[in-house]
Amino acid sequence: MYPEDLKYSKEHEWVRINGSIAEVGVTLFAQESLGDVVYVDLPEVGSEVEQFAKFGEIESVKAVSDLFCPVEGKIVEINHKLVENPEVVNLEPYGAGWLIKVQLSDSSKLDELMDAATYESTLE
Amino acid sequence: MLTDDSQCTKKTPLYPTHLESNAKMTEFCGWSMPVQYPKGIIAEVKAVRDSVGIFDVSHMGRLEFEGPRSQYFLGTILSADLMALKLGRSKYNFICNKDGGIIDDAMVYRVGDERFLLIVNAGNTDKDLQWIASQPVDDSGCNMEILTNKTAMIAIQGPQAVALVDEVTAGSASKIGRFRIANVSFDGCDATLARTGYTGEDGFEIIVPADQGSDLWSHLKNSGAVECGLGARDVLRLEAGLPLHGNDISTCTNPYEAGFGRFVYTEAPDYVAGDSLVQISATDHPRLLVGFKMIGRGIPRPGLRILSCLSDENTSSLIGTVTSGTYSPTVDGGIGMGYVERKYAEVGNEIVIDVRGRLVEAEIVKLPFYKQF
Repeated sequence: MYPEDLKYSKEHEWVRINGSIAEVGVTLFAQESLGDVVYVDLPEVGSEVEQFAKFGEIESVKAVSDLFCPVEGKIVEINHKLVENPEVVNLEPYGAGWLIKVQLSDSSKLDELMDAATYESTLE
Repeated sequence: MLTDDSQCTKKTPLYPTHLESNAKMTEFCGWSMPVQYPKGIIAEVKAVRDSVGIFDVSHMGRLEFEGPRSQYFLGTILSADLMALKLGRSKYNFICNKDGGIIDDAMVYRVGDERFLLIVNAGNTDKDLQWIASQPVDDSGCNMEILTNKTAMIAIQGPQAVALVDEVTAGSASKIGRFRIANVSFDGCDATLARTGYTGEDGFEIIVPADQGSDLWSHLKNSGAVECGLGARDVLRLEAGLPLHGNDISTCTNPYEAGFGRFVYTEAPDYVAGDSLVQISATDHPRLLVGFKMIGRGIPRPGLRILSCLSDENTSSLIGTVTSGTYSPTVDGGIGMGYVERKYAEVGNEIVIDVRGRLVEAEIVKLPFYKQF
């Protein structure tokens, strides 16, 4: 449910590190709490994000929630497929439902994130 | 993201059934209610549009008025013409204060020559009871009984509702016309069956003794009905253009500006809101409740600002507020209702919704968004 190769934030986002690029998405817990995702608002490619700052919005039928970036850097790619198929966030939160890819500006800040076991323990 | 429901004191007779079904529970007007079941809101909405869904509506207030003066007494409180309400028929109506503001909206059913059933919103039941108790008119000859806690109420909605309810009531359902009510039998118990609802679909609302609620629910579920929560109920009622008290109507709005003047009858003797409503109906309402569909990408939510379309000078002004809004699976887009200044309130007009700083175009459309009949 919470893959061990990922890092997690208390705002229920996950990070997958590939060299200097961090892929970001929302956790299983987040998508289950939200319910059916019907809209995702993502930032422009090229914009800078700070760690734990708001970078977008995710909406379910019932409500809208802010997305907070678990890493710091420049956004190099966004998941365009979510414009037409936002439900992918529910179906594959750790795969095809990824949100953004960030070129890390300061990888030491990854230390502020949790591993899978620690994150899961916060959900009790 | 979820409201903590541990503080709720009120639970419907179906509460254990919802937990068994792994419903996501939420606090709603002091009641612990299912907001959705594991299949999710979109699947629940589709079930009601395509087949049949069931809703626990036991939290709604159920008041019975009986006696030779019950028609007179209710007539002083409700906006319905009860004299014209025949046995077994129902009428949508408003409970208005002396100024014509809407305390609640309700369904009234004539269940006997001198007996009426009034179904009111869960969140307003106490206010309605206070209002009823504060009336200066003589209430002798009219006894009120609160049935809410003695009974369970289940809504069965969708194109397959008639066949399903026929199955549990030995064929009684299909004999009841739209907006009619009758006494039926379920499992040897007396039940009240009304062909009404809050989804825009054909369907029923059935009232059974509280201890029969779970059995009926299980029976309906095992016969193929999809369990639906408050989330789906809100989407369905908005698609059907039906107002939600507290959002689209309130004591600060009157029935005319909300577009429901056809549900107001002011001639009943001693009707408490009569004079005000007559006066209001004769004026030009500065704002009107409209329905709108999003053109651009975005979902309207209650409280968002409605702006006029950009003018040639690239300016737009505040013209109203969104009162209800959601993503509609049936329309496949954002839909909403809100009050806008009268001159902007025409069907076909383009407006702008301020979605937390993002200006998104929308179009005023004729309600309802979805029509089955």
